[in-house]
Amino acid sequence: MTRWPKSYPLALLIALLALVPVGVLIGLASDTAELFDAHNLKVLTNTLLLMVFTVFGSVLIGVPLALITAYVQMPWRKLWLVILAAPLAMPSYIGAFTLYAAFGPGGEIANLMGVPTPSVNGLAGATLVMTLYSYPFVMLTTRASLLSLDTSLVNAARTLGMSMSACLWRVVLPRAVTGIAAGSSLVALYTLSDFGTPAIMRLDTFTRVIFVEYNAFGLSQAAMLSLQLLVIVGLVLFLESRVKSNHEKPGRHLSLWPGFWQKLSMLLVVMPITLLAIVLPLLVFGVWLLREGTGGFEFSYAWNSTYASMLAALFAVILAVPVAHAAIAGRAGRWMERVTYLGFGVPGIVMGTALVYIGLQLPFLYQTLALLVIAYILRFLPLAVGSVRSTAEGLDPSLVKAARLLGASPREAFQRITLPLSLRGMVAGAALVFLEAMRELPATLMLGPTGFETLATYLWRVYEAGYFGRAAIPGLLLVLMSALGLALMLSGERRAEFDVTEDRHR
Amino acid sequence: MLKVNNLSVSYGSTRVVKNLNLALADDEVLMLVGPTGCGKTTILQALAGLVPISEGEIQLGSWQSSPSKIVPPEKRNVGMVFQDFALFPHLTVEQNICFRLTDNSLADHWIKLLGLEAFRHAKPGRLSGGQKQRVALARTLAHEPSFVLLDEPLSNLDAALKDSLRWEIRNALKAAGVPAIWVTHDQEEALSVGDRVGILKGGVLEQLDTPETCFSEPANRFVARFLGEASFLPAHMEQVNQVSTVLGPAPAVAVNGASGDVDLLLRPDDLSLILAPDGNGVVQWVRYEGGSRLYAVNLDDGTELKVRVSHENHVAIGDRVRMGITTTHPLAVFQREH
Repeated sequence: MTRWPKSYPLALLIALLALVPVGVLIGLASDTAELFDAHNLKVLTNTLLLMVFTVFGSVLIGVPLALITAYVQMPWRKLWLVILAAPLAMPSYIGAFTLYAAFGPGGEIANLMGVPTPSVNGLAGATLVMTLYSYPFVMLTTRASLLSLDTSLVNAARTLGMSMSACLWRVVLPRAVTGIAAGSSLVALYTLSDFGTPAIMRLDTFTRVIFVEYNAFGLSQAAMLSLQLLVIVGLVLFLESRVKSNHEKPGRHLSLWPGFWQKLSMLLVVMPITLLAIVLPLLVFGVWLLREGTGGFEFSYAWNSTYASMLAALFAVILAVPVAHAAIAGRAGRWMERVTYLGFGVPGIVMGTALVYIGLQLPFLYQTLALLVIAYILRFLPLAVGSVRSTAEGLDPSLVKAARLLGASPREAFQRITLPLSLRGMVAGAALVFLEAMRELPATLMLGPTGFETLATYLWRVYEAGYFGRAAIPGLLLVLMSALGLALMLSGERRAEFDVTEDRHR
Repeated sequence: MLKVNNLSVSYGSTRVVKNLNLALADDEVLMLVGPTGCGKTTILQALAGLVPISEGEIQLGSWQSSPSKIVPPEKRNVGMVFQDFALFPHLTVEQNICFRLTDNSLADHWIKLLGLEAFRHAKPGRLSGGQKQRVALARTLAHEPSFVLLDEPLSNLDAALKDSLRWEIRNALKAAGVPAIWVTHDQEEALSVGDRVGILKGGVLEQLDTPETCFSEPANRFVARFLGEASFLPAHMEQVNQVSTVLGPAPAVAVNGASGDVDLLLRPDDLSLILAPDGNGVVQWVRYEGGSRLYAVNLDDGTELKVRVSHENHVAIGDRVRMGITTTHPLAVFQREH
């Protein structure tokens, strides 16, 4: 019975390729003499502080919002959920850019309304932006675990004489701890790997310093910093794997019916978050569009983004199929899948550093679109694998058996049953990779061929050059892309992770 | 005719089916029944070619499968009805039933016969459990299998639906005129629907016979208890077909050549009970069953007997009663265990 599934050799090859960047970094970093210096300590402190503050802020906002969206019965519940989850779909550098431009002396708010506002930059600014755009991780994972909790324990506690608020604190939230922890580790990983926000807020974190070193031709120093960052990422992933999920038997979840004043106070809590995270960026871009028009923008930027992302999406899905099938086939296959997930943990800036070095060694790849597409694939392959795998797993194995028993050959059963039923997952996976690649900034900055300007890199150049007004068109297009991504996420393909439908537990 | 010779199936080093022998007549419905984990589903999967067999052979007219020569499922011309229905979710009811048919007239026949006309173009997701099972059955029979395997087809359905659908399935199988093996864990279902019943325990077929024989002359005490309420009364074999007991003489048939000191198998309907202060037992408990009452009575020698009587007969717990054996057909006796 030790027959290797057909998908194993291919999956193994892909897994080994996914390991190449890390191997390259280790080789490259061994060239540098400096392992750790005083400046490094400052960078490490900044990175960790930003991570801790952002996780803290996200829990503070995300958990109450999870309680509200999961349990409170009010009109337009789905709309609320979509609005509250929306910041997740926006790239944080859009927020960082617009908040930086809007606040402070000489900012857009001061210009337009004459109201002096404090500057948004440094550690506080970066924390604010990262929290605004990553709290939905905590909200969605916590909400999913809240929805799976049976209300009977709350009913028991209430009949034993406990108040509702005490119940939420002592009976409900302790059981949702794994959801909160899962969301927190996602926030931590997101914060560690984000390049745009600390760069715009001028906070020296690993990602920003790696980019500075790269621009100063300190590639081996950049590799050393990248490895240090990867160690922290590894630590977070390790902590996450230690979180045990407790499986309760799902049942009907709690429902709360708020009064008028309660509704009003909830609205007052939600409003500033949405205003800052979504409305403000749109307003700022709108103002710029009115003031500066479409000057400087070329249609080729959008086309370049689309073209590179489409290539990445196509190849990512082709590669995802054997990996996903290997993951379902057995233990060894699951390990191969895990290895490909490495790419997702590798921040874009780190992936960029590794591939720049590979490009320098392999001249036929240097400064080509292929290298950029490879970087996208290595980073976003897990999105495609996850999507393909979850639909393939959802396939009832007795369907293929039934087809075989009705007389279909394995080939016919695959064509008529397995393929049509997993097509949706493949399309969704491709779409996710496409949208992520469209918004990717640091790897695109480092690997894009000379003159190959995309929406994200153009936005960055505009920021660096100080022509903020020219960011309107690429910014709005990126927001549009994000909206599409959100629509896709909520369409139910990723229901397993981000459950936003009402009646999972009928 | 389906023939199974000496079939064994192993998962790793554990043999879950041991030396199974079966032969099925042309339109016979064979029920396989047994407690959870007795290997009944494994037998079906082995017959369908979904799990490899480790010993023996399966043959059916045109093909023969053995450990060295495995016939793939699609070459066996076998139909299977799954516990979870296994309907293709992306196809309509009609497309499911016609899955590999070139001529749809047979599909129409089963769609009409099983009352599925109204759902012809619906997707399976919109059907109720009973409708799904009808579609699964229609799909299987429309493909004209040489034999049909049913894996607990009613276990995912409501109790009320089970009773009627059980007969609908049996009638459809008889109408199609194919042999069928039907696996269940419900002994009542096994006894009422099957032409023959096979009782499994730990991968071994304990008995294979008509429902009547299995019930009244079980091969051993396990089969006796599994198929229904059973009490054992100490008795002595007087003649070849007669025993003496504390309740008087009774007609008997020896199982496995039992003789001398034996235990007599008494079903609750084989006994009578009347209120009598000078009786031979005391009522321990009573269960009201609607049309009848089930009493547990401790005889003076300590044996517990269960007896079912009409609901009009009302005796209180602790009352002394007189028990008697009323049955006239021979009762099974087993060698007394020491």
